[in-house]
Amino acid sequence: MAEISQIFGAVLIVMGSFFFVVGAVGIFRMPDVFTRMHAAGISDTAGAGLLLVGMMFVAGLSLVTVKLAVILVVILYSSPIATHAVAQAALHAGLEPILANKKIMVGPGAHPVPEKDKAKKAPPQTKSRTPTRRPAGKTSGKARSTAARKGRTRS
Amino acid sequence: MTVFAAASIAVLVALFLAVVRALKGPTVFDRVLAGNSIGTGAIMLLALFGFLTERPEFLDIGILYALLNIIGTLAVLKFFRHGDLSHPGGEEPSEN
Repeated sequence: MAEISQIFGAVLIVMGSFFFVVGAVGIFRMPDVFTRMHAAGISDTAGAGLLLVGMMFVAGLSLVTVKLAVILVVILYSSPIATHAVAQAALHAGLEPILANKKIMVGPGAHPVPEKDKAKKAPPQTKSRTPTRRPAGKTSGKARSTAARKGRTRS
Repeated sequence: MTVFAAASIAVLVALFLAVVRALKGPTVFDRVLAGNSIGTGAIMLLALFGFLTERPEFLDIGILYALLNIIGTLAVLKFFRHGDLSHPGGEEPSEN
């Protein structure tokens, strides 16, 4: 029985190490701060949680288990609070998620540009990379919003 | 024991990547986020090192790190948001 809990704890520790490294690679490689928050959530919940639960199984029932549980509870409460605070401060500072303006082209939330909007677009207006900053009044509102959407999907 | 050594090495690799992000990070929020992850990695490393050396007293230091980590993160974020740690918080007035 003792060996089974030791082996189970070892397996959980190996899985937790894997998730911890995955989260750190995400923090290193993701393109902006909001996607990095997602990766930090992986290493804070899956990585740390599996490592601590695995250590609990290895330690058996003692005071060490209680201390590990306290660390786990503190991490599980503090990690979402810290992520929320970072996101709120970043949005307050004016950072925008780089994926916010991209259209979702696949999946249940997909809303691709309809065919009639594609046919309606005028070639010189859609050349601009930042169509929303053009002075108002040149085109009608509907055509301008269509051009803005097309420009965003292209970029 | 081998699994603890392997997990310690994995946590060290994760800590290295987080430190690189904290040094590179283009904005201050990247650095704060990486600092938070470094804190979590330090807690994990303390716990694993305690098991590795059969000294579970390291877990008390881990609890301390976990409690200080969130306080430090929130303090730094409040400072960079309001420019003042004694700011009462809440929404700022639009005209200021």
